[in-house]
Amino acid sequence: MAEPMKIRATMQGDVADVKVLMNHPMETGLRKDAKTGQLVPAHHINTVTAKVNGNVVLEGSMGGGVSKNPFLGFKVKGAKSGDTVEVSWEDNKGDKRTDTAKIA
Amino acid sequence: MNALRRNVLKGATGAGAVAVAVAAGLITPARVLAAAPRAAFDTKGMPDTLKALGISSPADSKDITIKAPDIAENGAVVPVEVTSSIAGTSAITILAEKNNTPLVAGFDFKGGAQGFISTRIKMANTSLVRAVVTAGGKTYTAAKEVKVTIGGCGG
Repeated sequence: MAEPMKIRATMQGDVADVKVLMNHPMETGLRKDAKTGQLVPAHHINTVTAKVNGNVVLEGSMGGGVSKNPFLGFKVKGAKSGDTVEVSWEDNKGDKRTDTAKIA
Repeated sequence: MNALRRNVLKGATGAGAVAVAVAAGLITPARVLAAAPRAAFDTKGMPDTLKALGISSPADSKDITIKAPDIAENGAVVPVEVTSSIAGTSAITILAEKNNTPLVAGFDFKGGAQGFISTRIKMANTSLVRAVVTAGGKTYTAAKEVKVTIGGCGG
């Protein structure tokens, strides 16, 4: 089971500023293990979806080019304090994770 | 809804729960995103990657701002922030031109999402970080050079 995400959402004027920190190794599949010399198999997040109050606001796709423990920041206009932000991801091994936070 | 989500996460009830979850919109079924089709993540070299993305000749735009360090000491973690002030921005794609597979990530904006994305990327070499913005069916681009002292891919 994947580790939980950290989500922080704050209002900046009329725009909600959402910051998400995901826990994921993000292996490209090109890196060699220092000890064994074998290639570390690819293991990275494929898709990320963000919703505010159940409505999709962001759909992202990622590859191994995104850093380990990916950070994602985005802004949503029209959201209000107290709204629910839901972020989910799915990786290339089919593992998934969904977390929610309230906009402060 | 919470209980349902837990079920799905545990995978306890199998396909039935997944189907219900899809119907309830809890899980987004795999689909082709406008910003970055899956196959484009495996292409090597900028020309092929742009072709896989279906981007032919994006126009240079001053309305796209890329915020990234001039010199990145650690290529494994390069913070990149892309802001597009082009009206109707629907997608932002981020590419690191000299990476083995240049496509890093693509994001589609819906609802009230602004043309802004902030993330951290890996860079193998000093190269241009390119952002491609889709707005109103047209593509625009901007790039910023980031010098990398220690590469963040492979090793």
